[in-house]
Amino acid sequence: MTHTIATQINSLLAALILLSAFALLAQRKIMGLVHIFAWQGLLLALSTAVIGYASGEHHLYISSLLTLGMKVILLPYILYKLVHKLKIHRDIEAVVNVPTTMLLGIILVVFSYHLTAPIRELSNLMTRSTLAVALATIMLGMLMMVTRRHAVTQILGFLAMENGLFFAATSATYGMPMVVELGVALDLLIAAFIFGIFFFHINTTFESLDVEQMAKLKETD
Amino acid sequence: MSLHPFVIELLQFALLLGLAPAFAGWVKVLKCRVQGRTAPGILQPYRDIRRLFGKDIVLAENASWLFRFTPYLTFGVTAIAAGIIPLISVDLPLSATADVIALVMLFGIVRFFTALAGMDIGTAFGGMGSSREMTIASLAEPAMLMAIFTVSLASNSTSLTQMVSVMAHSEFVIRPSLAFALAAFILIALAETGRIPVDNPATHLELTMIHEAMILEYSGRHLALIEWAGMMKLTLFFALGIAAFCPWGIATGGDTGLLLLAFVALSAKLVVGACVMVLIETGLAKLRIFRLPEFLGSAFLLATLGMIAFFILE
Repeated sequence: MTHTIATQINSLLAALILLSAFALLAQRKIMGLVHIFAWQGLLLALSTAVIGYASGEHHLYISSLLTLGMKVILLPYILYKLVHKLKIHRDIEAVVNVPTTMLLGIILVVFSYHLTAPIRELSNLMTRSTLAVALATIMLGMLMMVTRRHAVTQILGFLAMENGLFFAATSATYGMPMVVELGVALDLLIAAFIFGIFFFHINTTFESLDVEQMAKLKETD
Repeated sequence: MSLHPFVIELLQFALLLGLAPAFAGWVKVLKCRVQGRTAPGILQPYRDIRRLFGKDIVLAENASWLFRFTPYLTFGVTAIAAGIIPLISVDLPLSATADVIALVMLFGIVRFFTALAGMDIGTAFGGMGSSREMTIASLAEPAMLMAIFTVSLASNSTSLTQMVSVMAHSEFVIRPSLAFALAAFILIALAETGRIPVDNPATHLELTMIHEAMILEYSGRHLALIEWAGMMKLTLFFALGIAAFCPWGIATGGDTGLLLLAFVALSAKLVVGACVMVLIETGLAKLRIFRLPEFLGSAFLLATLGMIAFFILE
């Protein structure tokens, strides 16, 4: 009984994660993006905890807490500070044609559904159906990195991709070994510091975080 | 005592015709209260309709038969929709003749003729209103169909009565697909009934009006019929939402007691639904018209996500 309810709640959370991935694609304001990213992290942490409860794999509680600490509190806080320090918190990015990006996103979701269909048939875990959502989140994060031009937005796309990967690991195999998870968390933290430093450098060199500016670095002959 | 299905059908027509102005009045009263204005009273739409019926018609010299015919068509077709959407009972003989797709088409016919009538006189406002209305419709209709199809998938039928009886008697499960479809439906209903983020029903300000611009040239009983049909459309969209997403309490047969219970349930849901809509309307500002494709695009996205979620997660 609890098992089916847990599956349903997990499906709902997966659907909301997918929605948040689309919201990231559509949002124009940088601060709005950071908020949606934090919400996505929270949904991910909840989903991990629910899976941990239903499957009896208690190490998932630890990774849920880790997600909560890293992706809901620490990373958004670092980004928040960065955005304020760089004085871009009021920036509104000119996004190229949101409806087209959305349609591309839908195609990517259908694609990942077809890609994961065989795995779904083979698996007997309660989370087998959310694997497609996880893959779709990864692809949508990638789409965001490709279509956006702002450095901070691209990093957020990268982090959303990482969220998708984490979700995929939980759905496919009930999570990675603890050592790997701790390693990834640490890497993410280091990455946050590194891209923070990069933002400052890009900003001082080009006086903007628009990566199009980097075309100037090309040698002309 | 059990009623004959045809009696129920007639009862539904009477219910919609009689209750639609009261519902529109209730929405207005709520809106006034929330915004701190003095409310005109729940019966005001009835008085408005009576007043308009008592007035003479002023017709433009170059008005064709189309202009005179449209109000009757609008009223008639909207009333027919009341025979298809289960308001109090699913035992409707007329519903076998038309499913959800036909229902969307009925609303399409009304919109088509209203847009033609708007252009018929040849005033600038009429043409502008028609053009805007059709722009919105072309984006809202596919999204509406997608949202309804998601419910059809869950109930394996496009017949409304079938959908309602399946939804009302299935055991409770959390369905993300329906949550998405509901969110999409709310956005579309706001657009289709001309409520605030899309159109402002209370304004006659030249540059912002959409629906009002099309019917600006109407007067007398023509206007009364169009206004009444507009109120019915608002009520019908609420009824459709209730039927598709929370049909609990609807009667399955013609038992009088159950019908009465269904009526009470429907009224309660309408009252609550109006509160939700008024909160949305008060909380939002009207969108610029060039932002509307994005608004309706997100409705389409939500509806499609609902459909995808049905296949992936359920």
